[in-house]
Amino acid sequence: MRKVAIYGKGGIGKSTTTQNTVAGLVEKGKKVMVVGCDPKADSTRLLLGGLAQRSVLDTLREEGEDVELSDIRAGGYCQSLCVESGGPEPGVGCAGRGIITSINMLEQLDAYKTESGDPLDYVFYDVLGDVVCGGFAMPIREGKAEEIYIVCSGEMMAMYAANNISKGILKFAQSGAVRLGGLICNSRKVDNEREMIEQFAKQLGTQMIHFVPRDNDVQRAEINRKTVIEWNPECKQADEYRALANAIDGNDMFVVPKPLQIEQLEKLLMDFGLMD
Amino acid sequence: MTTEETNCEASEAMSPEALKEEMLKAYPSKTAKKRGRQMVVNDPEAIPEIGANSRTTPGLITQRGCTYAGCRGVVIGPIHDILHITHGPIGCGYYSWLTRRNMAKSVNEGDTNYLQYAMSTDMLEEQIVFGGEKKLKQAIQEAYDIFKPKAISIYATCPVGLIGDDVHAVAKEMKETLGINVFAFSCEGYRGVSQSAGHHIANNGVFKHIIGLDDTPQEHPYTINVLGEYNIGGDAWEIDALLRKCGIHVVSTLSGDVNYEQIKNAHTAHLNTIMCHRSINYMAEMMEKKFGIPWIKVNFIGADQTAKSLRKIAAFFESRELSDRVEEVIAQEMAALRPVREEVTARCKGKKAALFVGGSRAHHYQDLFKDIGMEAVSAGYEFAHRDDYEGRAVLPSIKVDADSRNIEELTVEEDPQRFRSDFVDKKKRLEDSGFTFSDYNGMMVEMKKNTLVIDDISHHEIEKLIQIWKPDIIGSGIKDKFVVEKMGIPCKQLHSYDYGGPYAVFTGAANFYREVDRMLHTKVWQYVVPPWQKSAGDMASPRHAPDKREKPGTTDASAESIEQAA
Repeated sequence: MRKVAIYGKGGIGKSTTTQNTVAGLVEKGKKVMVVGCDPKADSTRLLLGGLAQRSVLDTLREEGEDVELSDIRAGGYCQSLCVESGGPEPGVGCAGRGIITSINMLEQLDAYKTESGDPLDYVFYDVLGDVVCGGFAMPIREGKAEEIYIVCSGEMMAMYAANNISKGILKFAQSGAVRLGGLICNSRKVDNEREMIEQFAKQLGTQMIHFVPRDNDVQRAEINRKTVIEWNPECKQADEYRALANAIDGNDMFVVPKPLQIEQLEKLLMDFGLMD
Repeated sequence: MTTEETNCEASEAMSPEALKEEMLKAYPSKTAKKRGRQMVVNDPEAIPEIGANSRTTPGLITQRGCTYAGCRGVVIGPIHDILHITHGPIGCGYYSWLTRRNMAKSVNEGDTNYLQYAMSTDMLEEQIVFGGEKKLKQAIQEAYDIFKPKAISIYATCPVGLIGDDVHAVAKEMKETLGINVFAFSCEGYRGVSQSAGHHIANNGVFKHIIGLDDTPQEHPYTINVLGEYNIGGDAWEIDALLRKCGIHVVSTLSGDVNYEQIKNAHTAHLNTIMCHRSINYMAEMMEKKFGIPWIKVNFIGADQTAKSLRKIAAFFESRELSDRVEEVIAQEMAALRPVREEVTARCKGKKAALFVGGSRAHHYQDLFKDIGMEAVSAGYEFAHRDDYEGRAVLPSIKVDADSRNIEELTVEEDPQRFRSDFVDKKKRLEDSGFTFSDYNGMMVEMKKNTLVIDDISHHEIEKLIQIWKPDIIGSGIKDKFVVEKMGIPCKQLHSYDYGGPYAVFTGAANFYREVDRMLHTKVWQYVVPPWQKSAGDMASPRHAPDKREKPGTTDASAESIEQAA
């Protein structure tokens, strides 16, 4: 089973990218589980067709210790398996600790198998925002996730966040198996975006695994509570996600990243971001 | 050879400077540098600066406690009719349950004394993840329904601060809902370098939420508060009884055997007297600013110091009648104490003590030892600041570091209605005639030249001290008691008094003299072989002088000295 975690700046499109990529994988017959690690619990909405999923933490709170796997895991598009960690209301408690609790619960429930007991091909952790504290780093600690993809764009703050996440990966790579699998560029139509992210990836010691162009079909599919592949399998954007899924499926470049100094990062922006 | 000679020889074997070097030798250079600043060779004529109230180096076995312990455990916990709720996982509540041996009696028949209870919200993973405010509210409601207390106090533990539960908002809400006083303390364990931060936080809270709520004036002509006295083993009761005998009325003791009503009314006293300067000086300063009540430092530990303190209080009230009464009481008490004091002095004179405890006890208990002819060769506090060592004169030169800035400093102003300007006039007049207020000169001025003063001592340093200087008794706490005793040296716990006490004033002094006599002269120590004698080959330090104490039955001289002692 390949253990994948998707990180990236808040609002960059992690959940959308994850679900559309997973759709590409399950479409070709891969067995995939998605674990949403965001207190908003909206990481599996497109795969589930908008079905409100009971989160692990809510279930734990309501049922006490007596939790069944079927209480917290639901089947989505093409037999994909969906779990939402959940978490507290904004401004209270500790969402990071919540992620630790819920991943531990998944392990105890032996959730890393299909319903019929077959091994999974993939588990995807979709993690909130930046690596903000120990709890959000949980998927990359203790080998829970081994390959990380960072969703970014050519915008300064997205690259800054990607660099920060690389620092987190570097820290855990020294003591564990976690490696960076590549950058996914979710285009914001920034000048020279593809070249800049390719260069950024090269400097980090990794690759830009796919350039996902901006397309309103993504938005249209979301409104319909579907992944692009499910909503319109024929459209051009569906092929982009299939390409991304294939690239991940065939990926064999897993590196310990070399995070950039802030000066290097700024130089990159100067070199590529300013068009005459 | 008498045991007395043995001791003198042992302590003269190494200079304090050399002993300090020996202690520091085991540390990495950076730690040695830092610890070196916290160990000074005393000179009462020219008091050296000591590094105090700084972070303990990780890896050292320290005696210190946490901020929560200082707030809930030390300063506020002893108030026996406030219901104390620890907001946190169960351990913090459980391990602060009755551990300080504070004693309290209910004032009226049927009143509940909450000291026997340990109340906690028992935070679990669910509250950490989703927040604990709801459970705290529930706990307060539940406690109120069962006990109907006059006031409820809430203490935040570490995880509460991390997840950001707003304990003050909950307190405010529940205060309105229940119609009783509910207040909270942000005393998370990590807030300071030691429990000292918790004392400050506790002082602020008591001052903000309780002091001044009841203005009923005092009828009595001579009223005081005794601040920084926590009634361990019944000390406050002895102090109270003695003062009553002299004709002095205690409005409120902070916070040994005190009730909520007494604290509400504390600001009506004429004078604040301070026992433990470290834990309560904030309160005295704030009360003086707001209400004009002056404060003096007293010490009711040790017969001579008790007499001195009584005389100073009497002098403050400027009454012939009161002074005469105080002299009469001192004469009576001293006369009653004399036989035991003389008897014990005959056996203990010249013996050496070392005290590592608290923020005032390492100082105060030297006076009890002095009463029976014993001296402190080394002493230090667990959590005190420079002013407790060097005197308040150094206050302006104490650097306020980031750790201290973390603790709220209340802005206190004169109360327009209740400020006693007549007190200020009186203070001025007395000061002009040579009376000193707000006067704590610290521990070091009263210790001899070439004694070794050690702040926040580590186990390693205590072991070295025992091996090399061989004090006859150590006064400290539970964290080192048994380590010390396994080395064949008696260790008196001066936090909890072991199972003993009271030791305050004249009556308590008699208990202490007998206890020290018993501990020093029990034959049991003769049967303990200290580790450095047991396996000389294993011990890493051949440098120290061989131990001169005889094994039981090895010589006639030792049998003789034991006979004498018994």
